[in-house]
Order: sequence, then structure tokens, then C-alpha cells
Amino acid sequence: MSASTTLRVGMFSQQVRRRTVVVCALLLVATVLLAGAGLALGDYTLAPGDVVAALRGEGSARDHLVVNAIRLPRVALGIVVGVCLAVAGAIVQTTARNALASPDLLGVSAGAGAGAVAAIVLSGTNAAGAAALEVIGTPLAALLGGVVAAAIVGLLLRVTGTTGLSPLLAGVGVSALFGGLTSWMLTAASIDDAARANAWLAGSLGGRGWSEVAAVTVAAVAALAPLIVLSSRLPALELGPSIATSLGYRVPQSVGLLLLIAVVLTSVPVAAAGPIGFIALVAPHLARLACRSPRPPLVASGIAGAALLLASDLVARFALAPLLLPTGAVTAVIGAPFLIWLLVRSRKDPTQ
Amino acid sequence: MAVTAVCLTLGLMVGSRGIAPVAVWQALLGTADPEARAIVQDQRLPRTLIGIVGGAALAVAGVVVQGHTRNPLADPGLLGITAGSSLAVVVGISALGLTTPAGYLGAAFGGAALGTIVVVVIGLAASRRRDASPASLVLAGTAVSALLGAITGIILLLDSAALDLFRFWTVGSLSAGRDLDVFLAALVPLAVGGVLAGAHARALDVLVLGDDVAAALGRNLLPTRLLGLVVVTLLVGGATVAIGALGFVGLVAPHLARRVFGEKHEVLLPASAMLGSLLVVVADVIGRVIISPAELPVGVVLAVIGAPALLVIIVRTRKTSA
Repeated sequence: MSASTTLRVGMFSQQVRRRTVVVCALLLVATVLLAGAGLALGDYTLAPGDVVAALRGEGSARDHLVVNAIRLPRVALGIVVGVCLAVAGAIVQTTARNALASPDLLGVSAGAGAGAVAAIVLSGTNAAGAAALEVIGTPLAALLGGVVAAAIVGLLLRVTGTTGLSPLLAGVGVSALFGGLTSWMLTAASIDDAARANAWLAGSLGGRGWSEVAAVTVAAVAALAPLIVLSSRLPALELGPSIATSLGYRVPQSVGLLLLIAVVLTSVPVAAAGPIGFIALVAPHLARLACRSPRPPLVASGIAGAALLLASDLVARFALAPLLLPTGAVTAVIGAPFLIWLLVRSRKDPTQ
Repeated sequence: MAVTAVCLTLGLMVGSRGIAPVAVWQALLGTADPEARAIVQDQRLPRTLIGIVGGAALAVAGVVVQGHTRNPLADPGLLGITAGSSLAVVVGISALGLTTPAGYLGAAFGGAALGTIVVVVIGLAASRRRDASPASLVLAGTAVSALLGAITGIILLLDSAALDLFRFWTVGSLSAGRDLDVFLAALVPLAVGGVLAGAHARALDVLVLGDDVAAALGRNLLPTRLLGLVVVTLLVGGATVAIGALGFVGLVAPHLARRVFGEKHEVLLPASAMLGSLLVVVADVIGRVIISPAELPVGVVLAVIGAPALLVIIVRTRKTSA
């Protein structure tokens, strides 16, 4: 029995490994369970049946309010943000051929954060434009910041080359630059704006509504759609630019497009939920290890990202209850040791 | 010494109200008008002194770290040492109710030592499995900084009263809540650290040649490493208490010094100290002037100057090693 089958939809065909399908199914089950837990648990705990009833619009008005108006946006945002970050991480790790590369470490998140803080601080001084800027402006400002940071890293890599430690060090430098700008804006802002921006900078799924979910979902769909076509180029790109070129791929265009998608998938979630670190690094590794695949599988990475973020958010909500932790703090506490483990365990230089 | 004098003069003269050198001198002697005297003696003199000493300490710590790790990119800020120090101070204030400068000092030293040990252990563990690469240490520092930063964030969330103070402290500032008491409390450990670093210069010259050569030359590695750790802890801990979590001084000042004065540590250490002072005081002066009458914390100015400097250094080391 072969370990893989070929999936055909119209003109597209894709080799699918059985193990990958099983892993994806298991991850989906985990995601659904975690989402269910996110909807059911809290100060007011519901039975599974009541959650399902509330989702279908039945049950008591109170259940309806708690599940659909308060907890569902949070869980939905967790799923969309988790998928976006993890897929972005998988794309960057594959195209950069660097196991440690992730949009966080490359400075894109810091750039997006600076952009979003600028929008928050500016919207505070202008009450009339505040409401509009909150919904439309922050994602665009974050995207702009992310693109600028990515462009700076890209220009640097033209000088230093993309191999070895250069991308990561360039990322450290660019992160520091945008971190400095963010700190400056925090000190220049009024204490109210600073408190708001600071709460947001911790990275959290809490207190967000459907408008954030909608903004991230639109961006996710817009970015993921072209990825369906482009993903077939990833295996070739992973072999290196020269081999990919000889196989007939236009490498610079493909890499550019893929990285642009990754920047969008990193920046827009930052605008909605704040900087949530390490999901983009950890989820693709988990998916790769679970699938025993040589490179991070995109679909499995995405689902793993959703499951991981939902799990982190549960920890954030209940670890120090009744105090709510920022989700980003939890992902950092889990993710940073994982980065250290990657650094220590890998036999070959993980930056190669 | 001339550099230090220039620092002092600059720091005392420039600000939202410029004061001529003669008036500064009169203010120091107490013969100028009361307003100028208040500005110079009470505000600009303390922060300039703190900047000079703190900048020198961070730069010397940078030289020592770079010498021990043979890593041109090592910087106390990049290696998570400063993050450890910050976390310990925040824990000290929030959980233990520390209020005295001496208390801050103890916490900052504990944190700096802990951060250093953790990062170095991870860096060593990472390089045991493969050739040591400078990136391992920097990445270990990034990861440890992220971890400690997240814990710091969680504590500040629990203790919301500390946030308004901490947002200025964390970026590094010479003005917010730091007076001469704090400075004087930090002065002793900084002085001890500086003297030990000077005594350490010959050892650093040997260490640069590599562990094997150093051992073959009769250098006992373990005590040397421990001494280096003590020096870095004293200097970074003291500097964190005095001026907060300032990045890039320990990276940029030694590099500039190396370009001008060469590799001998007997010259490199004092030269870096001078340049570190100059860097911090100039950054502070820029911060005071650039958005006058408001002012930019020195840490922000340093990040905006230092990050591009880091990138330039990366590009240069890349070219020379290739």
C-alpha cells in the first residue's frame, strides 16, 4: 500500500500523504474540542449540550449572550489568527530554508506593531476619526509597518546574502529599531493612549469583537487564495534557487509573492490581536514533526496554529483566574523555551 | 579624559534652555542666577554623571562579553542579561516591596547574573552539538529575553500601579525617578567591576586566541570565566539600576573603539568606556533637544541609532568572514 494518494480537483493535482491526512484530521478534532472548551468554560460554565443549543440559536437568552456574543468572537479570532500566523511561519521557514525563520524573528511583527501603535496613538488624539480608524485604520497601519520592516530586511539581505545567520540577525536589528520607535510613541502618548496601546501590545484575544474577526478573515482569504496555486512551487523552492530555476520556476517572482503573502498573514492578525509571538515558529515545527515531513506542511501547520493558539488562550484565561493573562504572554512563555530547545537539540546548525 | 570633559560640558549646557559655558561654570560655583543654578546643579549634573558612568559600564561590559564569547555581536542587551536584570528589579519592587536603591541593586545583580548564566549555558549547549556560531548565542539571548520579558509583562499586569513608572524605566531614561542617591548606591559595584575589568585585560587578550591556545599558554580557564561573569554582572546590574535597560551601548562602543584603537584590551577597555559615556550623553542630549520642550528617553534614541549600527556591523562581519 502506498503511503500517498493523488488528489485531483480540475486542473490541479496534489500528492497527499496518508500520514498527513491523519494528522490533519486529529488536529482538526483537537481544534474543535479546544474551541468547544473555549465556548463552554468560564465564570459561567455551560454543559456541552447547552453550548450546541446556544450556537443553534436555541436555549436561554443568557446562554445565547455568553456563547454567541462574548465567547464566540474570541474563539473565532483565535482560530483565524492561529491559522494566519502558522501558515506565514510555514511559508517563511520553507522559502528561507531556515528552520528558525519566522515572521516574529524577522522583524515583521515588530514593524506591524509599530504601525498599529501609531494608529492607536493617533486615533486617541482625534475623536472624530477614532471610530473609523479603530476598524479600518489599524489593520492597514499594521500592514504598512509590516511591509516596511520586511522591505528593510529584504534590502539588508541583498547585501548580506540569505544564508546562515544573516536573516535572523537582520531581524533582531529591525525588531530593535521598530521596538525603539514603539517605545517612543508610548512615552509621547497620553497615559490613556499609552495604557490602551500597552494592553494591546501584550497580545490578546480578549475584548475583540466581530469587526476584528471580519478584518482578519478577509485578509486571510485574500492571502490564502493565491497560496493554493503558489504552494505547488514550495517543494521546488526548497531545493534552492539554482535547482528551482533549472526546473523552470521563476524564483524571484515566486519568492517575492510568497513572502508578501506571509507579511499580510503576519501583519493583519497583529492589528487585531496584538503581537502574539512564537505561534508562527512553533506550529510549523509541530506539524512537520507530527507528519514526519521534511518541510512544514501548509494545511497541517495552519490547523496546528489554530489549536495551539486556542490552547494558549485557555491557559491565559484560567491559569491565574480570575485574573486574565494576555494571550501573547502565554505563547511567549511556551514558545521561548521551544526556540531554546530547537537551538540546543538540532545537530546541524538550524540557521543553515 | 578630554572626551569625558566634553560629555560633561555638553550634558550641562544643552537642553530646552541652553546655557552658555561660562554660565554653566558660574552655576557650578554657585554664583549664577538661581534658575540656571537649579537647572545645572539639580537636573543636568546628576543625569549627566549617571550617563557618563552608566555608559562606560555598559561599554566595558560589552568588551568583556565579546572577549569571553569571541563573538563580535555580543551585547548585554542582546544577550538577555539586561532583561534578567529588569525582571529581577520588577520582581523586587512588586513582590518584595523593595524601595531602597540598595534593594534595587541586589535584585539587579541577581537578575543580571541569572540571565548571563542561563544564556551562556544555552549557548554552550547549542555549540556542543555543532560548530559554535555567533548566531546561537544571540538567538539564545533573544529567546531568553522574550521569556523574561513575558514574565515581566505578567507581573506588571498584576501590579498596574507600577506600569506608569515602568514604561519610562524600561526604555532607559536618565530623568525619570533616578536621582543621585541611586547613582551613589550603584557607584561602588560599578567601580569594583571597572577595576576588575582592568585587571582582566591581559586575560582577555589571551582568550581572544581561543580556549585551546589560552589553556596552552597556562591560563586557568574556569577562574577566568568566573571572573568575567562577576565583572559583567557587577557592571550590567549597576548600570541597569543607574540608567535602566539601555541597549546597544555595549555593542556599538567597543566596535568603534576597536576601529580606532585596535585589539589590545589594555587600551580597548578605557577607550570603550569613554566612547560609551560619549554615546549615552550625546544620545541623551539629542533626546532632550529633538522634540523640545518634550524629551525623548535616551533608550529610544540609542535604539534608533544603535539598530542601524548593529545592521552595519552584521554586514561588515559577514564580508570579512566570507
